[in-house]
Amino acid sequence: MLPAFIYIFLVTQVPFVLTIYYSFFEWNLLKPGSFKFAWLENYAALITNSSIRIAIWNTVLLTLCVIGISVVLGLAVAMLLNSDVFGKGFMRTLMIAPFLIMPTAGALIWKDTLLNPLFGLLPYLLTPFGLSRVDWVNQFPMVTVVAVEVWRWTPFMMLIILAGLQSQNPEVLEAARVDGASPFQAFRRITLPLARPFIELGALIGSLFVVQTYDSIFMLTYGGPGEDTTNIPFLLYLVAFQGYNIGQASAIGVVAVIMTTIVATFALRTLFSIFQIEARR
Amino acid sequence: MKESTASLRSKVTWSIVGWLIVFVFFFPVLWMWLEAFKTEPQAASTPPTIFFVPTLEEFQEVLSGDFPPFFINSAIASLVSTLLVLVLGLPAAYALAIRPVKRAQDALFFFISTRFLPFAASLVPLYLLARDLQLLDNILALILIYTTINLPLGVWLLRSFLLEIPHDLFEAARVDGAGFRHEIFQIVVPLIAPGLAATSLICLIFSWNEFFYAVNFTSSVAATAPIFLVSFISGRGLFYAKLAAAATLASLPVLLAGWIAQRQLIRGLTMGAVK
Amino acid sequence: MTTLSFDNVVKCFAPSVPAGQFKGGELFMNDRKFGFPDRQQRWRLVAMTAIGLIVALAGAACSGAGGGGGSSKTLTVAAVDNPQMADLKKLLSDFHSAHSDIDVKIVTLPEDQLRQQVTQDVAANSGRFDLFTIGTYEVPLWAKKGWIENLNPYIAKSSDYDVNDLIPGIRTALSYKDNLYAVPFYGESSMLMYRKDMLAAKGITMPDHPTWDQVAAAAKAVHTSSTSGICLRGLPGWGEQLAPLDTVVNTYGGRWFDQQWNAQLNTQQWKDAVSFYINLIKQAGEPGAGNAGFVECLNAYNNGKVAMWYDATVGASNFTGDAAKNSGYAYAPTKVKDWSGWLWAWSLAMPSSSKKKDAAWTFANWATSKDYIKLVGQKLGWAHVPPGTRTSTYSLAEYQAAAGGFAQVTMESIAHADVTHATVDPVPYVGIQYVDIDEFQQLGDQVSQEFAKVIAGGQTVDQALAKAQALADAVGKKYKT
Repeated sequence: MLPAFIYIFLVTQVPFVLTIYYSFFEWNLLKPGSFKFAWLENYAALITNSSIRIAIWNTVLLTLCVIGISVVLGLAVAMLLNSDVFGKGFMRTLMIAPFLIMPTAGALIWKDTLLNPLFGLLPYLLTPFGLSRVDWVNQFPMVTVVAVEVWRWTPFMMLIILAGLQSQNPEVLEAARVDGASPFQAFRRITLPLARPFIELGALIGSLFVVQTYDSIFMLTYGGPGEDTTNIPFLLYLVAFQGYNIGQASAIGVVAVIMTTIVATFALRTLFSIFQIEARR
Repeated sequence: MKESTASLRSKVTWSIVGWLIVFVFFFPVLWMWLEAFKTEPQAASTPPTIFFVPTLEEFQEVLSGDFPPFFINSAIASLVSTLLVLVLGLPAAYALAIRPVKRAQDALFFFISTRFLPFAASLVPLYLLARDLQLLDNILALILIYTTINLPLGVWLLRSFLLEIPHDLFEAARVDGAGFRHEIFQIVVPLIAPGLAATSLICLIFSWNEFFYAVNFTSSVAATAPIFLVSFISGRGLFYAKLAAAATLASLPVLLAGWIAQRQLIRGLTMGAVK
Repeated sequence: MTTLSFDNVVKCFAPSVPAGQFKGGELFMNDRKFGFPDRQQRWRLVAMTAIGLIVALAGAACSGAGGGGGSSKTLTVAAVDNPQMADLKKLLSDFHSAHSDIDVKIVTLPEDQLRQQVTQDVAANSGRFDLFTIGTYEVPLWAKKGWIENLNPYIAKSSDYDVNDLIPGIRTALSYKDNLYAVPFYGESSMLMYRKDMLAAKGITMPDHPTWDQVAAAAKAVHTSSTSGICLRGLPGWGEQLAPLDTVVNTYGGRWFDQQWNAQLNTQQWKDAVSFYINLIKQAGEPGAGNAGFVECLNAYNNGKVAMWYDATVGASNFTGDAAKNSGYAYAPTKVKDWSGWLWAWSLAMPSSSKKKDAAWTFANWATSKDYIKLVGQKLGWAHVPPGTRTSTYSLAEYQAAAGGFAQVTMESIAHADVTHATVDPVPYVGIQYVDIDEFQQLGDQVSQEFAKVIAGGQTVDQALAKAQALADAVGKKYKT
């Protein structure tokens, strides 16, 4: 256990420590010689900065929507794959494909070849419904980003929940059916409680990644229009690599970590049961 | 008899529903593969080309440069970092699962909290550090970074698999006089082989597809597959077919790894279900 | 209620082994032996993995130690990905046969990634790249900071370079204090491309130097539900939507800052220009304008989905089929100020801290010389010649034959594009479709996002301009003396 701890501590805390360090300085990469101690100036600037408030809101909205929808969809598909259908193995292989494609390539394919009003496939297929001129990416930016992320993460949720469902003893379900329970009751009373730990695990790990969504936003909407789809990682990218304001970016990063820690602690201790370690056997 | 036709009808109905959903999810990937076999004008035509004669000319264009180094670098970075995650993570997960450590909860939270910092905040400091350590454009930098990114996830997942092993097994082994190394290799590893496969697959996918650290820390020698892919995005010419071809090629190794790992997972799944 | 813990999570992943079934080196479950490798095989596996790991780590540590050894020098070039650069990569073997001691590796990236990587590399002095392509935006800024090398001494030493052959507008844009800091590989201005047949069908002929009002009228006249009148960029980005929009602002008499660095986005000229541009898009523009950059508009034009297109001069060399046969070319439309075309050049520059300056110059010289242009023409076709850098290119008969109608317009547009006199009123900055200050990347991106929101219908022009004015104001304050 010790090697992992030492390694993790050194290698992962070093970036965080460096980030905290730089957050106390004013430093613009484009201005040589601008490295100056600035106390809490970077943090003070955040209070009046409306962009960070918008980014926080967008991050929360995006994460809740993506995790919520993909968990529901993942559960549905997992239940399908757990029941008696034709070609389960093949279905499962095809289903995890979205998760394996590089996010940048996937987002570009979505934006340019599927959703583009001029030469995209979806508007072409929607022509009989009169929806061929709808510019999905620009008129519904958050919906588009959520949709693409749901497409990416549902396979992940499905894999985890399916693993849990398969541990369920089919005899229990059989017995319930014989006893006259409706499918809905069987689902609510037996399947769902058994699947719950897996749903929570998937949601927890998924949230960690979805909060950091960057590739899709960069390729699909570039944070816009306006600031409609700018989340915290993307705002950080803009500040650090468009504005080259390293001090400000570091401050935003530190604030992001503090906020995520607070939310995560709250969520893990109260909402999620998996984090409560029971005495073993 | 009535029951079996009813259940057959239900099986067919649910199969159709299932296949429809899977098709919707798989379709963008399928469309990408199709685009790879079109010519550039066909790939971006109005209306979209659905029926076409497949051609390999865009693949040829994509493969005309020096592409093997990208894939080799990606393979090295992904495989070595995944191996390191397993080597470092397994003992840690073992300790947190089998031999309850006092502050296990806090340790777990500590592991996962290292993922809270968005990469853009720490990138420039890390970049400067790598520059000073002469690690720029060296695949070792990427190996270290990917190991760091994936280790928390690996520890969490491996711990969960380890929790499954019954205590009695270790009692019996210790009674037999088994040493720690024996305990790990002879008992633990084989038992959680499917779990190891799942963890390895997830770590491999994340390392293989990782773009941002790769593009910042490498230039020509250690560039990885995502950089190869992105190099086809042109600002002044059509590129969708080339990009689709490059993306298809770049995703093949991961697909293969996924398929191999799946067989391990299936084995674990079926065995677990048999009670 | 089952215990909440990972215990359940993994029932599937790890088979349960009933107690007491452990026998020596094997495991049994339900009296079925697991197919695990036996002791010997297992140790072999472990040993092989360990060896593999060590080899990989050793290989990793050795890689990246820097190019070849001995007398050969390796140049790492960071380049933007465009068709001309793809051609250059194909001709690298020609360079190598002429200069066998220099090995060139070209790393291509999309424009925004390239800019970020190169900026970081130069600012942090990390030496990842020995040569890179940068634009007219970076050259004056970086020359002032001393980040890139003055090339005049190198040009003086190379008798064959013929620096006077460079098109004047480009040469000015790449100079700082009369010294050339980058050599142009590719140059462009902006022009109006239109389908003569579609306009003729409505009885419209386009003059060579049209006004924006004439263009708008023509666009609305030919606009139908299946074919748009004109394609204008709406994709957010200081180099995307803001490039053509800025030229419209300039020709309407507007400017970003006055001589005292007061932001001018709240002036009538700005309002008129932006309203005109966005209204034209909404009334006669392409669907999906909010995402339309160069590539999308090119595609639309090639497919016959738009009748006109105002964009980079290089667009015309990508035309195929009907578009290629029926296109006419006019100079960038004007309003109050003439010659409104923009200026951009991708040029090769080297960092001043480079240790391979001579080798880098050898390559840069070769890639931007008259001989290279002839080489491309002969080996890859005359339509592939990088446009917009040298006057001599435009006198080559073969190039005239291949580039046909648009060569003249291209060269004249570039020759008349003056980065120092782009606006009606004087300004404290240089740049036609950008403001040559460090903060413009972020400012331009933010402002163009606000305009994109107007295109998407999310706010009005006035609201967008108000926000843009505030953003520009904040930047201008930093420059006030």
